[in-house]
Amino acid sequence: MKNTKTLEVAVGLFTLITILAVVFLSLKVVNAGLQGETNTYLLHAKFDNIGGLKSRSAIKIGGVTVGRVTAITVDPVDYTPVVTLAISDMYKELPDTTSVSILTSGLLGEQYIGLQPGFLIDESDVLVDGDFIEDTKSALVLEDLIGQFLFSQGD
Amino acid sequence: MKQIERLGANVIARLKALGRSSLMLWNVFASVPRLKNFPLFIKQMYVLGVQSLPIILVAGLFIGMVMALQSYTVLVDYGAEASLGPFVALSLLRELGPVVTALLFAGRAGSALTAEIGLMKATEQLSSLEMMAVDPIKRIIAPRLLAGIVSMPMLALLFSVVGIIGGYLVGVDWLGVDSGSYWSVMQSTVSWQQDVLNGCIKSIVFAFIVTYVAVFKGYDCLPTSEGISQATTQTVVYSSLLVLGLDFILTALMFGLE
Repeated sequence: MKNTKTLEVAVGLFTLITILAVVFLSLKVVNAGLQGETNTYLLHAKFDNIGGLKSRSAIKIGGVTVGRVTAITVDPVDYTPVVTLAISDMYKELPDTTSVSILTSGLLGEQYIGLQPGFLIDESDVLVDGDFIEDTKSALVLEDLIGQFLFSQGD
Repeated sequence: MKQIERLGANVIARLKALGRSSLMLWNVFASVPRLKNFPLFIKQMYVLGVQSLPIILVAGLFIGMVMALQSYTVLVDYGAEASLGPFVALSLLRELGPVVTALLFAGRAGSALTAEIGLMKATEQLSSLEMMAVDPIKRIIAPRLLAGIVSMPMLALLFSVVGIIGGYLVGVDWLGVDSGSYWSVMQSTVSWQQDVLNGCIKSIVFAFIVTYVAVFKGYDCLPTSEGISQATTQTVVYSSLLVLGLDFILTALMFGLE
């Protein structure tokens, strides 16, 4: 039997590499950024149909992730889906002519929100925390498209 | 009539075993806060944890590599090879890490525990401890059970991490998936609570089951060479089946009701 010191060293090393593994997991594997650390501001957008969008889906401008969807609810008055967008404070001066659409990455990929910044006409016309984005384009629902196609074939 | 009698005897024997095992468990946890026995716990951490490292790490590496290889051939057809990272990471953290570690641990450490304690019983070492007024539960059973419960989740975590690195080696270095997308898509998909924490809870439950079965089977075996061999076999069979069955229940509870 080995003496106690060697055992303790071995068990200590074992514990150490486990802690290293936890650090590796939290830094490399698990997403810890963008939500907790940087400050965000909230915008809302109404859609007719959100397709497969989920909360935590990415928000992108030209392919660059600038924020995440934090909540998806249904408006209690007119029953349309309302998506809440948390956008990083670094992108604060979005003009209110910005349009927002639900896009799909690749043919079968995840759905995300694409922002298309409009022109800034007047300095005061920027989106601030809590604003609604007016110009929205709904998700492309494949079933609807197929349905329309079949319907038009019937004529 | 005879068959009914046999059935009854069988049920009674099983219930009795269940009772004995619960009593043993109760005694173990009633005796926990004793720092005097800490060196024994360290020794068992070494035997169960450190000495299981090679098999766990090698198995994790190869399972990660095989998964990357297999899933790549399917994913590349859809141009979705960027999803290789989350695919490997999620299956390892949620399922394969805890389950395969538990199965390997049952084979590598559980069977050894049963054989060791069984032989102690057969050679009357446990009785002689009692003669010297040393409680075998506190001195033999408790440190082994606790060391198993602590060390197996650590092994499962290392298994997952090594598997993810193995997937990286095959996916990125060999098959040419983009290194950045391997990590970043993984980061945007894997969540701390949903995946890592639930995997840890799973492996703690499995650790308890595997070590508990192993220790009890050794403690309760017939003190003959045949009894020990039977108990060792039963340890591996029972704990593997329990782990697989419980895994389904835990998965259904954790991920089924999203």
